[in-house]
Amino acid sequence: MNDIKKPGVSRRGLLKAGAITGLVASTPSFFIKDAWAADFRNNPKNTGELKLGFNVPQSGPYADEGADELRAYKLAVQHLNGEGDGGMLNTFKPSMLTGKGVLGKKVTFATGDTQTKSDAARASAKRMIEKDGVLMVTGGSSSGVAVAVQSLCQEQGIIFMAGLTHSNDTTGKDKRRYGFRHFFNAYMSGAALAPVLNKEYGSDRRAYHLTADYTWGWTQEESIKNSTEALGWETVQTVKTPVGAGDFSQYITPVLNSGADVLILNHYGKDMINSLTQAVQFGLRDKQVNGKNFEIVVPLFSRLMAQGAGDAIKGILGTTNWNWSLQDDGSQAFVKSFGAEYGAPPSMAAQTCYAQTLLYANACEMAGTFYPPEVIKQLEGFNFDGMGNGPTFYRAEDHQCFKDVLVVRGNENPSSQFDLLKVVDVTPRAQVEYDWNIFGGSLGPYIVE
Amino acid sequence: MTDMKKPVLNDMLLLFIFSAVILLMPFWLEPFGAAYPDLLQKFAIYGIFAIGFNILLGLTGYLSFGHAAFLGVGSYAAVWSFKLLTMNVLPAVLFGVLFAGALAAIIGFLSLRRSGIYFSILTLAFAQMSYNLAYSVLTPITNGETGLQLDRSDPRILDRMFSEGEPAAGLPSTDLFGVTMSGYPGFYFCAVILIVCFFISIRIFRSPFGLMLKGIKSNQNRMQYTGLNTRPYMQTAFIISGMFAGLAGSLLAVTDPLAGAERMQWTASGEVVLMTILGGVGTLIGPILGAALIKYFENIFSSFNDTVLEQAFSFLPESVLDVVVPLMGLFVGSGWQLTLGLLFMVVVIFLPGGLVEGFNRIFKFIRSGKKRKGLVEPTQDQASE
Repeated sequence: MNDIKKPGVSRRGLLKAGAITGLVASTPSFFIKDAWAADFRNNPKNTGELKLGFNVPQSGPYADEGADELRAYKLAVQHLNGEGDGGMLNTFKPSMLTGKGVLGKKVTFATGDTQTKSDAARASAKRMIEKDGVLMVTGGSSSGVAVAVQSLCQEQGIIFMAGLTHSNDTTGKDKRRYGFRHFFNAYMSGAALAPVLNKEYGSDRRAYHLTADYTWGWTQEESIKNSTEALGWETVQTVKTPVGAGDFSQYITPVLNSGADVLILNHYGKDMINSLTQAVQFGLRDKQVNGKNFEIVVPLFSRLMAQGAGDAIKGILGTTNWNWSLQDDGSQAFVKSFGAEYGAPPSMAAQTCYAQTLLYANACEMAGTFYPPEVIKQLEGFNFDGMGNGPTFYRAEDHQCFKDVLVVRGNENPSSQFDLLKVVDVTPRAQVEYDWNIFGGSLGPYIVE
Repeated sequence: MTDMKKPVLNDMLLLFIFSAVILLMPFWLEPFGAAYPDLLQKFAIYGIFAIGFNILLGLTGYLSFGHAAFLGVGSYAAVWSFKLLTMNVLPAVLFGVLFAGALAAIIGFLSLRRSGIYFSILTLAFAQMSYNLAYSVLTPITNGETGLQLDRSDPRILDRMFSEGEPAAGLPSTDLFGVTMSGYPGFYFCAVILIVCFFISIRIFRSPFGLMLKGIKSNQNRMQYTGLNTRPYMQTAFIISGMFAGLAGSLLAVTDPLAGAERMQWTASGEVVLMTILGGVGTLIGPILGAALIKYFENIFSSFNDTVLEQAFSFLPESVLDVVVPLMGLFVGSGWQLTLGLLFMVVVIFLPGGLVEGFNRIFKFIRSGKKRKGLVEPTQDQASE
């Protein structure tokens, strides 16, 4: 056995030397890090860059929305840095944005994949905060993810500008001081949709809910149920379906014999495409129940989903945060520059993400600093216009935006492959406002350790 | 043939080097862009998960396809400990391990009646059952898809007993007697546990119990013909392995107090199988290597976008750049799994023993190179082996 030599001294020596060199080399940065801790996290200091973190689903059931969100973010960064035609920078007011970066710093970004999973989303947000040093995280196309990332951002002291998230909880039960939402929510969908449903389908209906089984589905079901029952509708049954189920036939078959005459699909993304297509294939819409035509309602509608569902969406009612066919200056400017860059009109997810990025940048300009508590104070109670939804208000008490809500119908005769949703009604802001106390929750502190 | 093949390094030296490498990760991983707390924590935690899995697969040859269930149960138990008892991490880790162990005892008792593919399918079925329970049926306990999170209004009985006055305005963070368990302290906590687990794993591999398990792997029937009941050994190995997974799950909750059902999904079970096979089944260090590699791919490769690629290849002329960047773009960003898949294929085809086999081959190649220079010695060397 004498032939087995001790592993050469040189290797151990090398290890030791390497370890010591590493320690010595990193000592200065170690102490500097601590010195900065008294400041605020990821302070850009003297670097000429402001880094934003775009955390969007690039895989999973909401991947289509995620891809469009990322396009919008990149466009927003271009416009903030003065490239391209400026988009909504020209129509957004009151605005201090100049197109020369933010507070003199060039805007750059890091991207991450949320995989539409809370775990993965938090991991990629952490990576962006800890490694890439981003000053603000934005994105998400699922309320489960948004709620999880928002609470992480609160702990880390990083501002979170929520992307597409429609659950009441995001700015209700789970609201956070560092989280802001421009998008509308399920309560507003219910309030906007109810009068139209009453007009179109009458006040004597029996509704059957299929609901995505997570925070967004739960709150949307609750909101739609409340507002339809206020009309005099009856709720026959509510059934929870897993997210990303793919096949919904086992959930749709029981609807046929339930005595319901309206099916409400609280689904989104690929789930909604699948469930709606299958419901139509099962012949639900050709049926007569209780002497009335059977109807399907999709409370949260987006053009991307309409594209995926094809003919099935024709005549279906729903609500949307924004649509590219709007004629105001802000929408027109955004559609024009988005179309020029990517060759397709933006989705509502793209619009909300674009607006959120500009709103954050503008708040930094207004505060004159990147120090989060000051930026938050600028966003709270901020009134603005020219972002495509008319006069909009960021409520200070729950960080929710209030603006007009669009009720749309799947277009029967689309004039182009993008002309899929027709605006039926623009519900004025006053009609969808509510008391912020009804959902509970608390924002938490401005200053976190 | 009486002497077993002696390992090149003796165990204490191996443990020492291992500890040094793990504890110094924040420094030597810097050039790889992986030296940030969250990823380092993941390296350590999934290292523990893979070590535990390897005790089952590496020693007994039983391929469990449902280990994520234990990971998930560990996480849920830990978060509930944070919600109900205290933000201190020790009870959380303890409960995570205990609950996972209990679940492993039940699943093991039922699944170990079969072996081979039937065992794998049984464990997969149980794990998928646990996942669906967590996802929909047990929503009051698990909060379903949204995930179990801390809340300011949680009871936290022990914490309330010892602290006076109003709780702080924000959410509390996990701590170990005052040291906050996020960032680098969290990593060092996980790293120390990883080293302890590694030590336990060495001891198990070298123990008579470990030899018994290896016996089961090589020929279970022969073991039974000698009059030995192998079931208790299998059961114990399965429970130990489940407890390791529960420990990893509770550490996930310690570093980030949130537990989601997707942790229990079959893809997560598959991931640990990949980690172990990629690194080297039945080797001490292999599973940890595999775990680190997969987590590195998941977190770093997935973050590369076209801008990053353009910077990396900026030395190329414009025309070449326009071809290379989109082509490379397929393999990074959201395509990271493609790269991982290719790597996995290469390893399985050419290095069935995993990365460890690769390193051994390189090591042998270098040694034989040295010997060729020495001329006389190597012949003796060959003879003695």
